[in-house]
Amino acid sequence: MDPILEVRNLHVVYRSPRGYVRAVDGVSMTVLDGEVLGIVGESGSGKTTLALTILRILPSNAKIVSGSILFRGSDLVSMDENALRDYRWKRISMVPQAALNALNPTMKILDHVLETAQAHGIRDRKYVIERISELLQMLRLEPERVLRSYPHELSGGMKQRVLIALALFLDPELIILDEPTTALDVLTQRFILDLLKDLHRKTGKTMIFITHDIAIIADVADRVGVMYAGKMVEIGDVYTIFRDPKHPYTKALIKSIPSLVGSVEDMKPIPGFPPDLINPPPGCRFHPRCPYAMDVCRSREPPAVELRPGHVVWCWLYAKR
Amino acid sequence: MPPLIEVRNLRVYFPVKRGLFSKPLYVKAVDGVSISIGKGEVLTLVGESGCGKTTLGKAIVGLVRPTDGEILYKGKNILKLKGRDFLEYRRNVQIVHQDPYASLNPTKTVFQILSAPLKRWGIARTRDEIVERICKLLQLVGLTPPEDFLNKYPHQLSGGQRQRVVIARAVSVNPELIVADEPITMIDVSLRLGILNLMLDLREKLGTAYVFITHDFGAARYFSARGGGRIAVMYLGKIVEVGSAEDVIRDPQHPYTKVLLSAVPVPDPEESRKRKVIQLKSLDIPSPINPPPGCRFHTRCPFAMSICEKEEPPMVEVKPGHWAACWLYAKR
Repeated sequence: MDPILEVRNLHVVYRSPRGYVRAVDGVSMTVLDGEVLGIVGESGSGKTTLALTILRILPSNAKIVSGSILFRGSDLVSMDENALRDYRWKRISMVPQAALNALNPTMKILDHVLETAQAHGIRDRKYVIERISELLQMLRLEPERVLRSYPHELSGGMKQRVLIALALFLDPELIILDEPTTALDVLTQRFILDLLKDLHRKTGKTMIFITHDIAIIADVADRVGVMYAGKMVEIGDVYTIFRDPKHPYTKALIKSIPSLVGSVEDMKPIPGFPPDLINPPPGCRFHPRCPYAMDVCRSREPPAVELRPGHVVWCWLYAKR
Repeated sequence: MPPLIEVRNLRVYFPVKRGLFSKPLYVKAVDGVSISIGKGEVLTLVGESGCGKTTLGKAIVGLVRPTDGEILYKGKNILKLKGRDFLEYRRNVQIVHQDPYASLNPTKTVFQILSAPLKRWGIARTRDEIVERICKLLQLVGLTPPEDFLNKYPHQLSGGQRQRVVIARAVSVNPELIVADEPITMIDVSLRLGILNLMLDLREKLGTAYVFITHDFGAARYFSARGGGRIAVMYLGKIVEVGSAEDVIRDPQHPYTKVLLSAVPVPDPEESRKRKVIQLKSLDIPSPINPPPGCRFHTRCPFAMSICEKEEPPMVEVKPGHWAACWLYAKR
């Protein structure tokens, strides 16, 4: 498979009263055409900032310091607003978390759709209604009822599906889903996950699936990128990452999930706390919590080590010095 | 000896605001629940949002008034406790809320937050005693060195640290029971088991009993299995299944529990992809204002029979210590 998106040494900071928060700090990754890439990380790992940077919709206190994001060869970081308009939503779209007020409470769903269409120069009302109805139906919603509703009249699972339909509206090549099932009940979450898997099977669209829940990644992703404190620490295919994780953080993260399978005796929290991103620890960000930390980990950042084609880990345990 | 807490046929209804002349309607948040909690016991209440688990927890600590039924503390109705008995109950039954950001006063330091209950209950009187006691508490909950935390305000702490302060406050008065309502939901993934282990450690050291409320079956299994306790599954205001942690998780009996467990993603790609999800008849949860007659789950249950629509199923002991309220197991 060819790459559709290449992120190269990306650095993004947020201004804060205490100094610069280094939210994304030298991330490199490749997204392949037609795959589902899962990105997993705890809050503050930089996964959402990475998504917002790809779409160039960062808040005003954020700044892209350096790096590039190549979408089919064109750099989104250096692109001006005018040129970006042809990419944003048309070629790359995003599904935000429905629980986070992603829909304006004073607008009916139809108005949300019309507004989105109009922003991209589509004024044919009949076409818009036909297209969105088709999508809503595919997501097993009743278009007539949903389009007439205000957001508060819909359940969390319905709102999330409306957001997925909006993201699909312009038939983009890449869809970024940011915690699309967080805050939903177990059964609704399962329903949405199955819908997304089905959608991927039918359309073959490339998806970046961002979540803090590594069990969801195991369910939906082809490949997995694990982020910690603004860094990518390991990336590889989903079976390798779960069967044979190499980075101590990935290993610890998998063990820290209270799961329905495996023995409860093997489940363990990760000691310590995530670092302060204004003054991150030198060397490897994970070294204060890492049971294998060596001297070099405390002073020098680990390089990317490709263990096997497609399995990359950023850890001194595997690097030649 | 009566159990620490006994809930008898509890109903908690909340009125819904309607027009002046229309008949009042009620949300039946808890609708006929009976369960008891022994000294040092762990009980996990698990269910989807709206199942009544939080309301049941609040009723146990006396934060909501029962509409019907009663809650007994050591054999005495908590609404009828007076004087010394009431104070004893108040001190011995504590609650930890979900949101560690909202449960601490932002204008008070950790020292002030933790010293209030100590003074209130006369556990420590002089300043030296209070400082010593608070340092011990902070050590107990893993906030070390304690001196670093005494003068911090809540906003200077991370979510995980705040929840530890909330737990320290709850245990500061040596309660017999802590109702912990989703205590790890807002905590970073890597720290969640740490908070649960902390609660279990305190049980080892102090003999605290727990009612742990969660929507996460994995967390329910971990906490109850580690604490040697039970899991009770709730649906629309009722307990539908109760048993030991591994019995409920590995061999669920009630169709609702079976469906839920089959839907939970597991951190193993092969296992996760080959799991068969049991399909429901309907994804919509019926309204708790007007729950379905008979078994409340019959509108969604893939195994529903005609009796399920008419009569409420009784709790049946399917295996020793493992109960389910389902007509599949009950004699008619």
